[in-house]
Amino acid sequence: MIVANDKTFCCTGCKNVYELLEENNLCTYYSLDSTPGITGNQPANEARFAYLDDEGVEAQLLNFKNDSIAKVTFYAPQMHCSSCIWLLENLFKLNPGISESTVNFLRKEISVTFFHQKTTLREVVTLLARIGYEPSITLADTDGKKETKKNYSLIYKLGIAGFSFGNVMLLAFPDYLSLGEEVQRDFGKFFGYLSILLSLPVLFYSARGFFESAWAGIQQRMVNIDLPIATGLLALFITSTYQIISATGPGYLDSFTGLVFFMLIGKYFQQKTYDTLSFDRDYTSYFPVSVTVLKENGEEESVAVRNLKVGDRIRIRNQELIPADAMLLRGTAMVDYSFVSGESELVEKVVGEVIYAGGRQAGESIELEVVKEVSQGYLTQLWNNSVFSKNEEQSMETYANVAGKWFIIVTLLVAAGALIYWVPRDTSMAMRAFTSVLIIACPCALSLSTPFVHGNTLRIFGKHKFFLKNTGVVETLAKIDTVVFDKTGTLTEPSAAELSYSGKILTPEQEQSLKSVLRHSTHPLSQRIFQAIAGEAQEVHGFEEFAGKGLVGEVNGHFIRLGSASYLGVKADTSQDTLKTRVYVSIDGVVYGYYTFQNVYRSGLQDVLQGLEVGRVAVLSGDNNHEEARLRELLGQEAELNFNQSPVQKLEYIKELKNQNRHVLMVGDGLNDAGALKQSDAGIALTNSVTNFSPSCDAILDATAFNKLSKFIGFSKKSMNIILASFAVSLVYNVVGLTMAVQGIFTPIVSAILMPISSVSVIVFATLSVRYAAKKAGL
Amino acid sequence: MFIIFLLIGISVTVASGFLAAFLWAVKSGQYEDDYTPAVRMLFENEVSKPTKTKQKQV
Repeated sequence: MIVANDKTFCCTGCKNVYELLEENNLCTYYSLDSTPGITGNQPANEARFAYLDDEGVEAQLLNFKNDSIAKVTFYAPQMHCSSCIWLLENLFKLNPGISESTVNFLRKEISVTFFHQKTTLREVVTLLARIGYEPSITLADTDGKKETKKNYSLIYKLGIAGFSFGNVMLLAFPDYLSLGEEVQRDFGKFFGYLSILLSLPVLFYSARGFFESAWAGIQQRMVNIDLPIATGLLALFITSTYQIISATGPGYLDSFTGLVFFMLIGKYFQQKTYDTLSFDRDYTSYFPVSVTVLKENGEEESVAVRNLKVGDRIRIRNQELIPADAMLLRGTAMVDYSFVSGESELVEKVVGEVIYAGGRQAGESIELEVVKEVSQGYLTQLWNNSVFSKNEEQSMETYANVAGKWFIIVTLLVAAGALIYWVPRDTSMAMRAFTSVLIIACPCALSLSTPFVHGNTLRIFGKHKFFLKNTGVVETLAKIDTVVFDKTGTLTEPSAAELSYSGKILTPEQEQSLKSVLRHSTHPLSQRIFQAIAGEAQEVHGFEEFAGKGLVGEVNGHFIRLGSASYLGVKADTSQDTLKTRVYVSIDGVVYGYYTFQNVYRSGLQDVLQGLEVGRVAVLSGDNNHEEARLRELLGQEAELNFNQSPVQKLEYIKELKNQNRHVLMVGDGLNDAGALKQSDAGIALTNSVTNFSPSCDAILDATAFNKLSKFIGFSKKSMNIILASFAVSLVYNVVGLTMAVQGIFTPIVSAILMPISSVSVIVFATLSVRYAAKKAGL
Repeated sequence: MFIIFLLIGISVTVASGFLAAFLWAVKSGQYEDDYTPAVRMLFENEVSKPTKTKQKQV
């Protein structure tokens, strides 16, 4: 909650709106008449936008530019309420150089049109940053124009199929109402030919996908679900056309168009996407566009990150990202690696140490010398691995495809059988039975149940903050038999750490003295201990802080020192020495004891681990093994624990598991897990805020829903059972239908009515049973 | 009964018109964002006299 002027606001946007209006004595929300001068809190450093003045960068960011205007689209993840829209669409009142700004709220995008003679791209970005919507401009934005245009071909297909379906059905109405004889005589030909005309776009455009997929399957010598569908559709269309042209019947074009329409609805339902989420990000979406390079004469220059060379000296300011592996030359680096490793504790680096790319500097500005090019860094070389260059193929071994294979074999056998039986007896009956079998065995029900079961599962997961990339992930999750976790940030709660003190007991008075000394230090560990000790701080004399070592100060005549073991001259036993998170206390030269920071595991972890019904559980940690005992206790004796894993090693580990024919689920959170997430069958990225950056993955899980992870996996398995059940339902329908069709009992009208009913019943069955199962599973 | 031919001709033409309108609407990006316009229409344009209604902020 954000508080200003005794009022609470839901976000900085709302607060800014209020402040803007308040400043101009215009507290009526709707009457911002004149341009309000913004004097509000300005972020310390707007020089970081200097790179936007560079023409090359500008050209890559702008969508359009002519003599007078320029258009640009930004992603602004901060917007989240209608006030945000209002403020962002009124940008032209804040900067007269802006002619128009339009928000797409669902995509969290803002498109700005501005007069580039009156204002600059940099000013626009600075204005956005000042009002609290700093656009995220990353390396990925300058890698070329991103394709944001959505593919609407499915909607076109659906529209055309729906149009044809409705009209053909209207023309087939006389048949339904058995007005046959008279109407057929007068209008039969006209209605028939018109129906063929209306069905042609459905055959050649709407149903195209089914034929193409079936053909691709044949070429790869694979039978997929689309082959029996394509056969059925083709049989339907040809029979109908033949009947109409030869004037032997009204045809089944209404069923034909209807089937295509229903199946496209299934495809559309399956195609749920989460607009604000991106599942394909790599490090370029996280890295900045440019960095400040120090030239030999001491001048600063903005240089595109891509052009950084080994040996360049760069300056990184507070909250800026270190874009390449570099050696620290000047200043104290406090690096926040939370996006890389999940570790929220700042890592302190001293002059001469190499800092890996991906960390964010907190504190003073530092100078570094680049030791590796951006794409060759410790972290970024991960993306040179072949897993990232391969295009992901949709697995052919889906339930639907496997079932489809058997379906077509059985169907063809039955059809051939009917043909052989009828030919010696009645040739016209033989043809009728043969086509009827093909038509009625068209596994539309089968191909409908899968998208609806998956689509509904996807939506239920989404409601519980578990976002899947596509419906195929549901099936992958159901097959998982090995789960691999990253430790830091995934199993542990990054923002919380347990603090414990061991050693000689401190008197409350002594604790107060410690607190007083700690108050003067900004080191995160000092701050944590400071908050943990209750009471008031006292006056401190002679305070001094030694970077990377510890603190010293005098309180009430007591000489207090806090810091690392080496700083206090403590000889810690070597096995414990690897514990970096230990702060020793010394009062008047006597070492009293130490504070230990221990990782806190996520709440509900126990339930998740118990609920996972998989054969193998493993942990990959980039850390050392000081938590091994606790992990053993949590995960059991069989679990495989691997420590000191580099990003590439994590990837290799998953590869090894896959070579053993395991279906691997990787759960990770940072950039260093990106390779493992990509390599695994299903990679889940855990994030504290879904709009934040997350590495490329198959699913994004909100950290608050972590305790439901085992339920999600269990439910995926259940949804596969539901697909099986709806297969069974449609199979029964097909068997009954087939036996009657083989005997030639069905009139066209009965088939025409049964077909849509069966489709709808499968949709209803799939939807209801998924909802019911979800309720039962507590989702 | 000739009227039936005429009526069907008209009905198909009208339906085609709606289909064309639908396809045009999709193509022109009207389905790109189905949330923001709904909110945007609630924002008033320039108001000369400030109204005293305080809007509820979502």
